[in-house]
Amino acid sequence: MNIFQWIWRQLTSMRTALILLMMLGLASIPGSLFPQRNQNPMKVRDFAAANPTLAHWLDKVGIFDVYSSAWFSAIYILLFISLIGCVLPRSFEHLKAIGKKPPLTPKYLDRMEGFVELERGTEGALDTAEKWLKKNRFRVRREELSISAEKGYSRETGNLLFHLSLIMILFAVAAGGLFGSKGEAILNVGDRFINTPTSYDNLTFAKFQKEGDMVPFSLRILDFKASYDINTNAPTDYTLKVAASNPIGSKEILKTIKVNSPLTYGSTKIYLQANGYSPVVAVRDKTGKLIFEGPVTFLPQDGNLTSIGAIKLPDMSPQIGMVASFLPTADRSPKRGAFSSFPEVLDPRLLVSVWMGNLGLDNGTPQSVYRVDTSKMQRIGLKALSLGQIYDFGEGTLAFEGYKSWVNLQIVDDPGKMYALAGAILAILGLLTSLFTRQRRIWIKVEGRVQIAGLAKNGVPGLDEELSSLKKALEE
Amino acid sequence: MVLYTIAFFAHAIEVSFSVKDSESSNKTSFDFTRTERSGRIGTAMMILGFIFLFAGVILRGASAHRVPWGNMYEFSITGALAFSGAYLFALVKYKLRWLGLPVSIAVLLTLGTAITVLYRPSAPLVPALKSTWLAIHVSAAIISGGVFLLANTIAATYLILDRMEERGGRNEWAKKLPSLETLDQLSYRLVAFVFPLWTFAVIAGAIWAESAWGRYWGWDPKETWAFITWVAYAAYLHARVTAGWRGRKAAWLCLFAGSTFLFNYIYVNIYGTGRHTYSGL
Repeated sequence: MNIFQWIWRQLTSMRTALILLMMLGLASIPGSLFPQRNQNPMKVRDFAAANPTLAHWLDKVGIFDVYSSAWFSAIYILLFISLIGCVLPRSFEHLKAIGKKPPLTPKYLDRMEGFVELERGTEGALDTAEKWLKKNRFRVRREELSISAEKGYSRETGNLLFHLSLIMILFAVAAGGLFGSKGEAILNVGDRFINTPTSYDNLTFAKFQKEGDMVPFSLRILDFKASYDINTNAPTDYTLKVAASNPIGSKEILKTIKVNSPLTYGSTKIYLQANGYSPVVAVRDKTGKLIFEGPVTFLPQDGNLTSIGAIKLPDMSPQIGMVASFLPTADRSPKRGAFSSFPEVLDPRLLVSVWMGNLGLDNGTPQSVYRVDTSKMQRIGLKALSLGQIYDFGEGTLAFEGYKSWVNLQIVDDPGKMYALAGAILAILGLLTSLFTRQRRIWIKVEGRVQIAGLAKNGVPGLDEELSSLKKALEE
Repeated sequence: MVLYTIAFFAHAIEVSFSVKDSESSNKTSFDFTRTERSGRIGTAMMILGFIFLFAGVILRGASAHRVPWGNMYEFSITGALAFSGAYLFALVKYKLRWLGLPVSIAVLLTLGTAITVLYRPSAPLVPALKSTWLAIHVSAAIISGGVFLLANTIAATYLILDRMEERGGRNEWAKKLPSLETLDQLSYRLVAFVFPLWTFAVIAGAIWAESAWGRYWGWDPKETWAFITWVAYAAYLHARVTAGWRGRKAAWLCLFAGSTFLFNYIYVNIYGTGRHTYSGL
C-alpha cells in the first residue's frame, strides 16, 4: 500500500468524517461571535476602530470572513471528499447486498439472543417458520436443516440515502457559489427598473455567471404601502405593487411583492428588503433658474425612519451641499433634539444645513451619496421646513415639495437552490427511515430439536416479542 | 393580562406540585402510601398545569391574533409547555415519575423568568414573521428543544447517580430511580426520536429564510448555532450507534449538545446580532 492509498483510506474513514464534521461545527463558532463582513460591514469597521491591533491580527486569519476563509473552506472540502469516499463504496456494497440472500445460519445458535429449544417435533417446523417469516416480510434463506432470515434492510438504505442527500446539499451549495448573481437596487415609487447590470446599486456575479444569463425583466414601481402598529411603532405590513414585464417590452402584469412572498422568475427571485423615504425637493439659483428637482433617497437611522441624506449641487457656483434629515412625524425632546416619533408620514419636516464651498467631488475618491464632505465648505444656513415651504438660503432657494417612498429590492439568482431543497427533503426521509427501522436476524435450526434465536443490530428492542410470536406460531 | 394571570395560575399549581413531589421523593423509603399519594397528586398537578399553560399559550395567540411565537416571552412559555408535554408524553410510555421534580423545577424557572424578565404585552408580528413557516419552523424547533432538554435532564440524572454509585451506593431517595442502563437508553431514544424533527426545523427555517431574506443559509448566528447543535447531536448518535459509546461518555456528549441548544436560545436571542432578533427585549 503506497502513501496515497494510505492517505485516501485515512481520509475516507468514518472516524475522519466525524472529526471533520465536528471541526466544521467548531470552525463556525467564531463567525457567530465576531462581526462578519458579508453580514454587517459597519460592525466590522466599528470593531476595527475600537481594537485596531487585535482586529489586524484577527483579519489576517480571516475571522471577519469566516465562512469564505481558506481554513473554513478546507474543512468543508475535506469533509466533502471524506463523505463521498465513505458513503459511495458503502452504497455499492449495499446495492449488492440487497440482491443477495441473508448470510448462512451460524453454527452455534445458543450463543445468540433469545435462544430457545421448542417442545415439538421437527417435522414441518421449517415450513411453518418460513410461512411466518414471509408473512412478516423477512427475507428468507432456506437451507436443508435451517432457515436464516433478515429484516430491516431499509435501515441501511435510509442511512445511505441520508448521507448521499447531504452530499447533494453540499453540491447545491457549491453550485450556488459558482453560478448565479446577487444584487440590490433602490427604487422610488414611480421608477422603472430594467434587469441589466447598470441598473443595480451593487451587483456581484458568481465565478461562472455571464451577464447575458440575467432574466430579461423590467419592473415599474406602482405603489408601496407600509403599515405600523400605533402602540409599538413596529411595522405590521409592507406591500409593494409593481407592473412587471418579462421579457422586457411584453405586456405588463400587475404583481404584489411582500416580505415573505418574493416575485419569482425561474431561479431568480426579487425580494423586498428595506424601505425608506425620498423627500422631493426643488433647488433654484438666485435668478430663479431650476437647478435640481426630484426625489432624493434618504437613509433610515431608526425604527421610526428618522432619515439622513444629502443634496449635492455641484453645478451651482460656488458649489452647494445640504446635509439633511427627514422626519416623517416630527417631534422634539431636549435630549435628542428633533427626531421622528412614528414611521408613517404624519407631520413631515425636512431639516437642512446648507454648506457652500467645494464639494470635493472632482478628486476621484468615491463619496457616499448620503453624506457631504464639509471639510472645504462653510455653513451658510440652517432651517426646518414643513411640507410646501420654500427656504431662501441666500445663494438660492430650496423648496420641500413632497416625499416618495423608496424600496430596496434584492434580486438573487441561485440555481443551486432547488437541488438543496430536494437534498434536504431526501435527507429527512432517509433519516426517518434509518432511525425508525429495526434491523434484525432470526434463525431456525432443526437439529434433533427445533431451535430458534435472533440478533438485533445495535441492540434495538422488540426482538424478544418477535421471537416469542414465532415460538407461538411454531408450537400451535 | 388575562394570559398573565392564567400563566401565573399554572405556575402556582406547578409550585404546589414541586413541593408535593419533593416530599414524595424524600420520604420514599419510610412512607410508601403517602409517597404514592403525593406522587399522584404531583402528576395530576402537572397535567393540570399543562392544561392551563396550554390554554394560556392559546389565549396569548388569540389576543394577538396570530400564533404565539413572536417574542422571547412567548417562546419561553411555549418551550415550558413543550418540555412538560414531552415529560407527560414520556410518562405514559415509561415509568418516569421520578423525573417530575427536575422537570417541574425547570418549568418553574422558565415560567418565572418569562413572567418577570421577558414579559411583553401582546403585539402584532413584524412583516418578516408573517408566514405559515412561523408555525411550522418554530413549533418544530420548540418541540425539539423540549425533548432535547428532557434527554439532557435524564443524562444529568445519569451522571449524578453514576457518581453516587461510584462512591458506594445510592442515597435512600435515589434507590427509587431506574437503573443507569435504563436512563442511558432513554436519553438516547429521546434524542434519536427527535433528531429528525430538529433537522426538519433547521430545513424549514432555511426554506423560510429563502423566501423572507433572499438566501436559504447565511451563517446568521442563530443558523450557525442551530447547525452546531445539529452537528453535536449527529456526533452523539454516531458515537452511540457506530462507535458504541455508552454511559458516562455518551451522557456528557448529550449534555454538551443540549448546552449548545440552550446557548443558542439564551445567548443568541438576547445578546446576539443577526436577523433572529425577535426576543422583543
